[in-house]
Amino acid sequence: MIKNLSSNDLNELSKKIRCDILRMICEAGSGHPGGSLSAIDILLVLYFNVMNHDPKNPEWVDRDRFILSKGHAAPALYTVLAECGYFSKNHLLTLRKIGTILQGHPDKRVTPGIEVSSGSLGNGLSISAGLALAAKIDKKKHHIFCLLGDGECDEGTVWEGAMLAPHYKLNNLTAIIDRNGLQIDGRTETVMRLEPLADKWKAFNWNVIKVDGHNYDALYNAFEESRNEKDKPSVIIASTIKGRGVSFMEGVKEFHGKPPNKLELEQALKELEA
Amino acid sequence: MSLKATRDAYGEWLKDAGKINKDLVVIDADLSESTKTNVFAKEFPERFFDVGSAEQNLINLSSGLALGGKKVFASSFAIFETGRAWDQIRNIVAHDELNVILVATHAGLSCAADGASHQALEDIALMRVIPNMRVIVPCDAEETKNALDALLSLKGPAYMRLRREKEPIIDKKYKFQIGNAEILSDGSDIALIATGMMVSYSLLAADILKKKGVDASVINVHTIKPLDSQMLCRVAKNTGMLVTVEEHSIYGGLGSAVSEALSECYPVPIHKIGLKDTYGQSARSFEPLLKEYGLTPNQIAESSEKYIKKMKR
Repeated sequence: MIKNLSSNDLNELSKKIRCDILRMICEAGSGHPGGSLSAIDILLVLYFNVMNHDPKNPEWVDRDRFILSKGHAAPALYTVLAECGYFSKNHLLTLRKIGTILQGHPDKRVTPGIEVSSGSLGNGLSISAGLALAAKIDKKKHHIFCLLGDGECDEGTVWEGAMLAPHYKLNNLTAIIDRNGLQIDGRTETVMRLEPLADKWKAFNWNVIKVDGHNYDALYNAFEESRNEKDKPSVIIASTIKGRGVSFMEGVKEFHGKPPNKLELEQALKELEA
Repeated sequence: MSLKATRDAYGEWLKDAGKINKDLVVIDADLSESTKTNVFAKEFPERFFDVGSAEQNLINLSSGLALGGKKVFASSFAIFETGRAWDQIRNIVAHDELNVILVATHAGLSCAADGASHQALEDIALMRVIPNMRVIVPCDAEETKNALDALLSLKGPAYMRLRREKEPIIDKKYKFQIGNAEILSDGSDIALIATGMMVSYSLLAADILKKKGVDASVINVHTIKPLDSQMLCRVAKNTGMLVTVEEHSIYGGLGSAVSEALSECYPVPIHKIGLKDTYGQSARSFEPLLKEYGLTPNQIAESSEKYIKKMKR
């Protein structure tokens, strides 16, 4: 399904979805609001305007694939999958409860629409490369999208994948880095310096695209450019704001893995619904 | 008895299986000459992928290919494949029950000259503890091929432990089936429960014991998980005493698995022969190293006899 939503429609939808994300994390009493809010606009553009997929047939072989390597942003992915119709929205408030289909981190076994389980960081990129390689072997035309966190790029396995994908000329693979600048222990540049990040990927022979990760048109254009790339994999470094959309969460590292309390939730909903 | 390395059997099998099964792909991490996946690579270069010396990438790429519909055989040395990529095996391959068969070579002390860093003495333990993971340790080259045939037709992951050195081919009368332990020789005084290369050594040890008037059963446990508990219980009831023999740490390996199972159904004294909470070391060849750690047929027989005397005192 490609809905071709306008920027305005996406903007309205994003407010509603941000509210859902915060409600479910608050209800769960734990979870990762910061990175879910920084990534959500990327997911909306992918699932509504870029990817060929069919919520009624999640196993459709020719679908484009999305891999959430930064598994802790699961609430963002769950809300989008529910919005697309992979499962009922009634499940959203069961996040992290015993027996739920919405585990704390993505679990392929129980959630329709999840391509592979994640949560242990750093693995999604080379798994995505495997999916891209399988598509190449079978001469299939679908595309693989993989979202990584910037803090996640501390993991050595990310760079193993970064070396592998250009080696096998996987132009059917697009990595997106949610560059929100914060990780659990602080600013990415203080904890473990990533810059010059774009140069690193260029040196690994990727097609590098820098984009505002909250600008729907810019994101769409970046995805289309990456899909049309002829011989390299692409990486979209998306500048984002952790906690985007809620004044007291934006750029606050404590909200990486802390749920809003009831009062904070009310205030956040008020801001988003204004 | 003719001699053949289990890894050579693996290479031959891959080449044959690749002709029939077009979805079969093979991944290696810069050790394809040693693991013998190079035999497949020469035949089917378009279905062979090398990730370089990057074991985590080996497993992740394999997972992606399996998710993309391929039947994946991923190989490296046992120590690197199970140790370095344990996170990827546990969290992705086994968790999502992917069609990835991990075939690792140079397990146990068979990577003799290279020393402790290259000798996997903990791999059975590391794989056995993971849910959904099957653990297969063929007793010889012939059984390696039979086990690979069985794994090819199954869904989901498995770990197969192979070795570097040439080993005797054992005379077998049973049809290989995953999950079965097999009685190779029947005796009532004690049972030698062995896995991998230690099966042939245990048969030799049983011959030695026989000359000393001790009647020993020899059991081949080619599948450590799922373990054939029923069969092992029957054996325990028959002999009242067991010896486990493995080229692996006695912690977490065959001895532990058998003890866990029997403590539930029929507890008997179990003497564990294997590596006793230690690393290996370099040796110019394999045999002296086995002797250093008490794993020759003579030593197995001697140790078993001592244990019987001690327990009957």
